[in-house]
Amino acid sequence: MPHPKFTQTVASALLLMSAWPVLAQDAAAALHQRADAATCANCHGSEGRTVPGSSVPSIAGLPRDYMVAQMKAFKDGSRPATVMHQLTKGLTDQQIESMADYFAALKR
Amino acid sequence: MQRRTLLQTGLALGSLSALSGCATLTSQAPAKAQVVVIGGGYGGATAAKYVRMLSNYKISVVLVEPNNTFISCPMSNLVLGGSKTMAQITTPYGALSSKHGVTLVHDLVTSIDAAKKTITLKKGPTIGYDKLILSPGVDMNFDSIEGLQAANASGQILQAWKAGAETTALRKQLEAMPDSGVFAITVPEAPYKCPPGPYERASQVAHYFKQAKPKSKVLILDANPDITSKPALFKKFWSDNYKDIIEFRANHKVTAVDAKTNTLKFDVQESLRADVLNVLPAMRAGSIAMQTGLATVNNRWCGINYQTFESLAAKDIHVLGDATLAAPAMPKSGHMANSHGKVAAAAVVAQLSDLAVNPSPLLTNTCYSYVSDKLVIHVASVHQYNAQEKTFKTVPGSGGLSTEANALEGTYAWNWAQNIWADTLL
Repeated sequence: MPHPKFTQTVASALLLMSAWPVLAQDAAAALHQRADAATCANCHGSEGRTVPGSSVPSIAGLPRDYMVAQMKAFKDGSRPATVMHQLTKGLTDQQIESMADYFAALKR
Repeated sequence: MQRRTLLQTGLALGSLSALSGCATLTSQAPAKAQVVVIGGGYGGATAAKYVRMLSNYKISVVLVEPNNTFISCPMSNLVLGGSKTMAQITTPYGALSSKHGVTLVHDLVTSIDAAKKTITLKKGPTIGYDKLILSPGVDMNFDSIEGLQAANASGQILQAWKAGAETTALRKQLEAMPDSGVFAITVPEAPYKCPPGPYERASQVAHYFKQAKPKSKVLILDANPDITSKPALFKKFWSDNYKDIIEFRANHKVTAVDAKTNTLKFDVQESLRADVLNVLPAMRAGSIAMQTGLATVNNRWCGINYQTFESLAAKDIHVLGDATLAAPAMPKSGHMANSHGKVAAAAVVAQLSDLAVNPSPLLTNTCYSYVSDKLVIHVASVHQYNAQEKTFKTVPGSGGLSTEANALEGTYAWNWAQNIWADTLL
């Protein structure tokens, strides 16, 4: 009979081995989501926080569903805009939701 | 194991430079950094900051940039028009170091050894890298126009396309010009850096003339068959507001300048003289990219893998910004270079962390042009990576133009500048 500690170690190692690709996938997905969301930062500030007094709004910490609704309203033309209607037409609904998820999870 | 050692080295380097408080001195440049970024413009500075951010500050970054402050090319036409000052378009580099732990080295890179993975500095040491991000911008090819090199060196015929001392000098030439004088700007064949820039500049000078020198003219001599960017919007505004000031002439390719008489010579048309000449020569990837053999396309632009921005000519060198061969409908703009910086940074972080590279990176672009001190027109686009065709393509139905010049976008444009400067540098 193997030593209980040995069994535990092997079990942990096996668990780690099976978990590693999942963790790596999660880490990669998080990196890609953050990089895609960073395309908003050119105008809406790094991590969605604009400079003080900016007329372009900060988007960090906005409620997720509110952000999705606004982006879709720009996209279908129901909310008028100078630029956002043209940019959101380049995004899939999935990209819009992913960006909203990212910024909603940040502190204002 | 190697990665862990590198990560620890990175952390040690990061904390060392933070402690020393002398991170900007060349002598403080470490012998080895995980990521070295060459060029602190919109592309390089953004990449340096975002490698730090996207790696959760684990990957060490050295940024090599000869200038002590960042002077923005976007908005520099407003200095020529007189509504903004140089100070208003200048941002220091310090926050990249103090806030983001980037080691700043103010020096020039004299050579890159892609095989040994090292760069050599003019004043300082040789630095090794695991990944090099090269954002050299464009060089003006003065030799493409006879007599221009000497006329530019003497300060008589300026480009002012790289914002800085020439911006101030060109403004002084405009101020010194007598009323009823002629300002001529020449536009090289596309592609060149900042497609709407020459027409914004013509608008700004016309705005200044309208207030201060109403008998003066602005002459645009364009090597292209039409205005390169936003043609209908520029033409409408000019005919409504600068009808007797701006004259646009297409298909005018400058071949030579005569500095003694301030004369332009063309390949086809008659020569002409102007009081102030602003000659923009053909442009190409910055010289460090050229001499490293990275300008694989027509010996002019750098071919890249668009998914990662890695050079097609050298492994572990990622090239971005104006120096790259543009994908279809991709402008050479500051906004685009900032977007490149983020995609390249994410790819570098993924590769150094053994993570998958983003299968479908995304770029956006908005170019605002001031047609007066307050009124603005824009062009916007969205570029999605296409894995089948291995390039970025604009998303059908996306992007577009302003309907007309307007003051609301004038406000947004200035706020855009504040926010992209912060996103790039602060």
